[in-house]
This record gives sequence, structure tokens and C-alpha cells, in this order.
Amino acid sequence: MREPTLFELSSPGRTGVTFPQADVPLFDLPDASLLREDLPLPELAEVDVVRHYMALSKYNYSVDGGFYPLGSCTMKYNPKINEDTCRLPGFVFTHPLQPIETAQGNLLLMYQMQEWLKEISGFAAVTLQPAAGAHGEFTGVLMMRAYHQARKDHKRVKMLIPDAAHGTNPASAGMMGFEVVTIPSDERGNVDLKALAAQCDDTVVGMMLTNPNTLGLFDENLQEVVRLVRDCGGLMYADGANLNALLGIVRPGDLGFDVMHFNLHKTFAVPHGGGGPGSGPVGVSERLADFLPTPLVGILEEANEDVPPLYGFITPPQSIGRMKAFHGHFGGGVVRAYTYIAMHGAEGLKDVSQYAVLNANYLKARLQKTYKVPFDRICMHEFVMEGRFEGTDIRALDISKRLMDYGYHPPTNYFPLIVHEALMIEPTETENKDTLDSFADALLKIAEEAHSNPQIIKTAPHNTPFGRMDEVKAARELVLCCWLPEDYDTSQ
Amino acid sequence: MTYIPISPQERDAMLAEIGVNSLDALFQAIPAEHRFPSLKLPAALTEMEAASLLDEIAKSNENLRGDLISFLGAGMYNHYTPAVVDHVLRRGEFYTAYTPYQPEISQGTLQGIFEYQSLMTALTGMELSNASHYDGATAAAEAVNMAFANFRGKRRKILVSGAVHPQYREVIRTYTQGMDLTLTGDQPQADLPQDLLPLIDADTALVIVQYPDFFGRVFDYTGLIETAHSQGTLVCVVTNPTALALLQTPGTMGADIVVGEGQPLGLPMWYGGPSLGFFTTRKQYVHKMAGRLVGETVDSRGEKAYVLTLTAREQHIKREKATSNICSNQGLLALASAVYLSVVGKSGLKQVANLCYQKAHYAAQQLSQIAGVSLLFGQPFFHEFVVRLPKPVAEVNEHLLEHGIVGGYDLGKDYPGMENDMLVAVTEMNTKEEIDMLVEVVQEVLDA
Amino acid sequence: MSLSPSNLQYAKTDEWLDPATGKIGISDYAQEQLSDIVFMEITVSVGDTVSAGDVIASVESVKAASEVLAPASGKVVAVNEDLTGAPETINGEPYTSWFIQLEGATSADLMDAAAYEAYCQERSH
Repeated sequence: MREPTLFELSSPGRTGVTFPQADVPLFDLPDASLLREDLPLPELAEVDVVRHYMALSKYNYSVDGGFYPLGSCTMKYNPKINEDTCRLPGFVFTHPLQPIETAQGNLLLMYQMQEWLKEISGFAAVTLQPAAGAHGEFTGVLMMRAYHQARKDHKRVKMLIPDAAHGTNPASAGMMGFEVVTIPSDERGNVDLKALAAQCDDTVVGMMLTNPNTLGLFDENLQEVVRLVRDCGGLMYADGANLNALLGIVRPGDLGFDVMHFNLHKTFAVPHGGGGPGSGPVGVSERLADFLPTPLVGILEEANEDVPPLYGFITPPQSIGRMKAFHGHFGGGVVRAYTYIAMHGAEGLKDVSQYAVLNANYLKARLQKTYKVPFDRICMHEFVMEGRFEGTDIRALDISKRLMDYGYHPPTNYFPLIVHEALMIEPTETENKDTLDSFADALLKIAEEAHSNPQIIKTAPHNTPFGRMDEVKAARELVLCCWLPEDYDTSQ
Repeated sequence: MTYIPISPQERDAMLAEIGVNSLDALFQAIPAEHRFPSLKLPAALTEMEAASLLDEIAKSNENLRGDLISFLGAGMYNHYTPAVVDHVLRRGEFYTAYTPYQPEISQGTLQGIFEYQSLMTALTGMELSNASHYDGATAAAEAVNMAFANFRGKRRKILVSGAVHPQYREVIRTYTQGMDLTLTGDQPQADLPQDLLPLIDADTALVIVQYPDFFGRVFDYTGLIETAHSQGTLVCVVTNPTALALLQTPGTMGADIVVGEGQPLGLPMWYGGPSLGFFTTRKQYVHKMAGRLVGETVDSRGEKAYVLTLTAREQHIKREKATSNICSNQGLLALASAVYLSVVGKSGLKQVANLCYQKAHYAAQQLSQIAGVSLLFGQPFFHEFVVRLPKPVAEVNEHLLEHGIVGGYDLGKDYPGMENDMLVAVTEMNTKEEIDMLVEVVQEVLDA
Repeated sequence: MSLSPSNLQYAKTDEWLDPATGKIGISDYAQEQLSDIVFMEITVSVGDTVSAGDVIASVESVKAASEVLAPASGKVVAVNEDLTGAPETINGEPYTSWFIQLEGATSADLMDAAAYEAYCQERSH
């Protein structure tokens, strides 16, 4: 049963919220040529709106509703206290341009968050401005370019990116006009050192490396990779998408990376919100610190016995500029993540990563006799297995759809591209053993069905509110919005 | 405290299944000299302590809903958000879901975005909308990316009016620094639409103007757009969604791209973000547009349903050939704006726009009656306007703050020579009493 | 897979060239790999000179995107605008769905139909 759209539900003359009458004398409106004739928005009562969105919400799978082992997405539980703290009036009703003396709470929180992220990552400086992981990556790549430009090293145009990388890495490099050079993985899932060495010359901007990589493996030759790139004058970018494996385990800054984006919405439990908003702070080593985007939060006047320090905005000397209006995803991103880190402390964060890795290895152990796991060794917070079986034509996609019938969100499909029929599983630390066992049982059952009843997998899902979608129709017909019905009375 | 639901006994059983005897044994691949650093972070708090700490931090701000009266806008506005908006957002089914990659179990998010796209086209008068960008400024920068891609890099000039939000112009400059583009048009003292006309040529990919502009002025851009089109140039209009309840749509004027900040549509100010960048355009440009897109289709049971569509345009498939690297949208905040628009509806949004217009005009009239104070521009305006003061804005604002009032934006911060010009914003939240108080204190400051 | 016409020559990147007319398109194997094509754009214009290996078009399907490379060098004398409006034709009739036409097409290293089919067979495993 489909829920009608807001426009289908609309009825002429119905109203939801009304506003007070004007308490000032009335003025003439501008010339009619500057005014619009009609406003074709829906007309609904408040209860209509609530029922509509309640109906839609029931069609969604969510972390609050069940296990969501989507690889590389870190779908951990979102603590409820964070929802309350980010909605405190002091945060919600502050304007980004109000005098800094009236926003010292916000600025203190941002300052501390910069300091905490520095400590967690081992970097020299942090900006909170980028709005999402991809935005942080773009910020990082802009700084890498600015660094080489400032040294008048104009011949550097090559960005080295492993074949297992997220698509955002090459896309970020492409936005800068860099030439993307793909580096293959070796038979243990590490960066192929020979192939890397062959590319390391004085035209290298740097390397964008996800570590642990998208196979969920920590690169065993990492220090050699870093040495090769740095020796040819390149910079090391760490894609922080997989940071949930590293909290209190190792600091990317200590490993020789120059720049990394954080995903507050993955690692620090900011909810994913159905696709956003994210929050993508960036940490940098000493040599990139002067290029950070503006503004950073700093101490403008040091504290003395009587008064606390005055926090305010500062612009780094060779800043790449501004990445977005105002100061980043403060309320919905930084405040939630700050609450999360404050509650965890150093030991708690280490527990997070240790249990995330435990859960992934446990699931892998339960499944790898039945599903082929290429590059088999101890994984970090996620692992990749093949969604196919000898003698059947069942694919990863079919397995994913069938998992929905068993009440689970599927793993990430078809990524990384270097594994056939990839199923990428990231359980996170916030799942208990019972959930992991039930999920493993469901996958083992599906493996049986692949031989005993393949048709039920091929035609899955059966128990979901909707069936498989005609994606070709959507792309060819391109119906991208709806309007009020043609006979709708818009006269009022 | 942590949120890990595994008992020590369960942990040991799991380690046994894996075949290792401790958690630490899982980390042999990490270089030993850097393994397990001790992080210097404050001691962990319980929920009760964290709630209290955050409350204390929040209270050390002075907010604009009780502590201070505000006439500050400049890209972010203090509007009323009906209660129902946050009640919908607090549903875990919405806020704890991921990107709707599995449409069979994500129709709530997908239909929500589809309706958001529809509402945005209705508001702007455009043909289609994507699922949103990070904010108004980055949406404007994505318009440059789109125009650049549309001409396959062959047109290398972008014209930006000096009356486009200064921070938006900064962001566009940051975004394009690797693109070998010429960005021009925003020289000082040349911020009228006609100032741009002689600069439009066959090498111009895009013209960007703002409506109402940063100074609050409302211009009809139809002529400018016609001139641009005669050179094959695209035009992007940065707009305010509340104003569009009243004003002619940029779509009607012929704009090719209409973007803006969606925060006025029921979103918190949140000290600047996260907010919502809406992006609307015409059908012919859909393949060059960045960002997520939801389209209508049918499922295997013949039911109408929604999916992410034209995904091959995006970074996860096109990689370095994609128009942009963006992969998220502002999902939950796009939903918030859709809930806002559906509950205030046609009549409510018109009321909000009308209240903003009336109160701003009253404030402008009252302020301009003070000796030495004048309205800087004669053009029509919506809810924001510039007053020229006989003293620097910084000085006046300092006095206003002593009376609990946050004055308008000091234009001297971005425009040399405008140190005495204040950009005043008035919304439905400002009562007549507050406006009268503003006028009274300004009078007092100037008399002093 | 449908038979590769014997009058055409084939590139390793799955484009075909009709040596008699100078027309260029993509092979049946290529369209099958892409699956349902929903958008195509020709990125060269009449009068342009292209070299073998240059990008002449891009194609997007519901799940993939690909660039189309010139299998030969020459001067562009026609582009098939009709195809841009109906890109799905490529899926049904890959060998009549020409993208552009070259004058004086010269090429090296192209395969004949038999060699190309063997090459496709090899990759299907």
C-alpha cells in the first residue's frame, strides 16, 4: 500500500499552522510585476501532515529498528542523549554572525573539539568546517595543492589512489584537475609496493589511502608505503572513513600521514539522517597547518585569574579560503559528536574500536566456511566476502534482497570493485552476540537456499512493503517531481 | 560510558570462535611502536554528567530566543518553526536510516526526498530539484561546476555580482581554484544588474546574481537573463525561499539554475549549520547536475514507488570524471524543510512572507525618520534593507548589545567604505515593541 | 551475444569502425556490459579532427558510465544527433547506432570480427 504524496493529499482551503496578525501598520506591496501569481504548495491540516510522515516512516529500515551491517558506513547506534544536547536552545538559537562575546559557549565547544580530534588522530591542527566526508576530502586535496604551489613545485599533477578506494577519492582529485593514477593491490590485500614505487617521482602530488582499506585490512606495509610517497616529495592523505577501527589503537598522524578527514557521522555516532547531514572535520600535520580553511577557532585573549579566555575566529596565514558559509556543521554535527566523546573518554573510545574489530572478526569466523573471504587474515572493523556459490547463478544482489526477508538491512554490495560479487559487512561495536549470531544464521540459511530453492532468492524480497524496483523506467522516464492535480482549485 | 552490549563472557566466547585469546591480539598488523597510544582526553562522563555539562555550555551563550533581541540576517534568519517539524525529525526511522540505497526498505526517505524536490520546484518555478547540497554557498559553487561541465570546460569565465553574499563568493573562489577559471564581476561599487551586462560574452559560462540581493534589494532579472542567453550563457539565481512566497519566481524570469539556503524553512540556526542548500534547474541540464536525485518508478508488484536515479552521473561510478565529489545530501534537513512547507502550506508561508515584509518596512520607515539616518537604496526590498548611519555600525552595535539587542550586519566587514551601513533583517519573530526599542536605542546612541 | 558483423573492425576498448563509411559505434559486448543505456553525449563536433584513442562520447546506463574512444583518426564529418535523443537504441541495435562519422579514417591495431569475438569470449570467463 502506497502512501499518497503531499500534493495528492492536499485539499483547497485546508490550513495547518497559522501565524499572528501583523502588529505594525500595513505597507503597500511592490509593483505587481515583481509578485508571483500563485503559490502551488499543498494545503493540509497538522494531523494530515503527521499521519503522512508517520506512514512514510514505517517504510524505512533504520538502526533503531534493526541490524544495519552496511560496510564502510559505520551504522552504529545513535545515543539518544545526543539528540537532546544538540537541541538545547543555547545551540539552536544562536546566529553564526552574532558577536563572539555572546557565543563563547559555542566557541569553547568548538575549540575543545579541535583539541580532542587532534589528540585522537595525532595531527597538529584540525578544522571543523567541512560539511561531510567528501567535503573534507576536497578540503584536504585543496590543501595538498596549495602546499606544492606555495613551494613553487608546479609539476606535481599525479594523485596516487589504490584500486580499492572509495569513489570520492578520485572524484575529489578530479575536481582539482589532477591526474588519477590507480595503484593495484597485492595478493594479501595490501598496496602493491612495486607498482607504487614505479609511480613515485617528482610529479606526485600525494597518495590518498584508506587504511584500514575497503577490504577491512590494515596495510601490512604501511610504513613502507608512507616512506615511498614522502621520499618523492608527495603528501599522504588518509581517508578517515574507517576510523572506527583505530580509536585508541593507532593515530594516523603518528604513522606519517599529512591530512585526514573525520566522519563524525560514522565514527562519533552522529546519526546518518537518511543520507545526511554529515560532518567532515579535517586534521593536518604541521606542514599543512597554514593552509587550513578559514575560520578556525582560537584563543584571542588568554585567560587570567579573573576571566576565562576569549575564544574567537582566526584565519591561517596561507588559508585555501572558505569551504562553506559560516563555521561548519556545528549544531547537528559537532555538538552530538562532542557529547559522544565526552562520555567515552580515552578508554571508552579504545573499547569502541576493539569491540568493532571483535564483532567483525566474529562474524567473519562464523561465515567464512560457507562464503569465500578473499585475502583471509584478521580483519579490522569490517570484512568483504563473495556473494556467490559454485553451481548456482545466485549473485550478491540476490543475497542482499533475501536478507531483507529475514529482517536485516543488506551489507554494501559490489564494493570494493576488486572482489567478485562483493558483500562488505561492518557490524560496528553496538551489536550484541545474539544479533550477530542470528544474522550469521540467516546468511547460512540463504546459502542452503541457494541450492535447495534458488527461486525464492532470485525473486526476493517477499516480506518487505515494496518489491524490487524498475530502475530503468525511473532513469528513462525521469519523473522527478509531482504537482497539484490538474483540476486543483488554486483560486484562493 | 559506552554503548557496547557485549558481556565479558560473550566476549571470551567470541574470541574463542575467532581463535585468539585477547582483544589486543586482533591488532598485530599495527606497527608495534605506535600501537595503543594513550590518549589525553578528559575522564569519561555518565549521561547525567554529560547532560549537565552540555547544558552549562549552551547556557553560556546568549541566544536569540529569550536572551537577546535580534535584527541580524545576512544569510541565516530567525524564523518560527512549528512544533510538528521536530517531532517528525525525532522519529528514529528517519534519523537513524542511511542513504536509501535499498529502495524496498527505504521508501519513507525516498518519497520524502521526492516530495522535497517537488516542493522546491513549486517554490522556485523551476523544472527539477536535486536532493540538496550542504548549504546555499556550496550549492552556488556546484552551479559553477555544472555550468563548467555543461560547456565541457570550453567557456572559462564566471561572472558573480558583487551583491551576492560575500561568503558565497569566497566559497566559489575556494572551489574553483584548481579549475583555471576567471571569476569576475564583483568589483566594488559595481553591484547593479546593469553593471554585469557589458561583461557577458561568448566565453562566459555562468552569471550569478542574488534575489533579493545581499543588500536586500529586489530586481527583476528578466532582461539580464535574456542578454546572457543571447550569448549562450547560463544564469544562476541565489534566492531566499521565504521571499518566494511573495515574489515573482526566478524560474519565470528565465533562470537556468536557482539555488539558495533552505534554513529559513523551519531549520535551526545552529550557529551556522548544518543547514540546507537547495539546487533547482531545467530538465536539459539534469545529466550535468551534481547531487543525488530521486525519481518515480514502479516496483515488481506494480506499485508506484521511488528510487535514486541517474546514479551513473555520481562519484561512486564516474569517479574522477564526475561533476562533483558530493555523495551525501542534507537528508534529514531536506525532510525538515518539507515538513515545514507542508504544515505551513500555501497560506502559512504567505503569512510568514507578508509578516516579514510588513515588519521590515515598518522598521525601515521608523529608522529612516531618525535624524542623520537614511535608507541607502531606493529599490523595493523584502525583509532586509540597508540603513546608512552617521556613526560606524560597530560602534552602534556595541551600544545596542548593552541593551540586549543584536543589531544588523556591519557591511564594512566585507565592503570597504560601507563602515556606516547596517544590513537590518526583520522576520515574523520581531514584535513591533522590539522594532520600536531598536529605533529608540539607535536614536539614543546617535544623540550621545 | 549477437554476431559481430564481418564488415566492421573492432578496437580493444569495444568500439567498431566501418572502414567503408568511416562510421563509429560501440559493440554488442560493450552495450551488454553497460546494460540499459539512459544517456549518451557526443563530445566532438563536425569539423573537429580526432586521433585514435581520443574521447568522442560518453555513455551512462542505470549502473555504469563509460567513455567512447575513437578507434581511428580522422576528421568528423557527421554526428548522429538522433542517437542522443534515443540512447536506448544502442542496446537494441549496437551495429547500426553510429555515433560519429569520420573522413579519411586511418587506424592501426584494429581486430577483424573473428579476432574480436575471441577477445570477448576470453573476457567472459
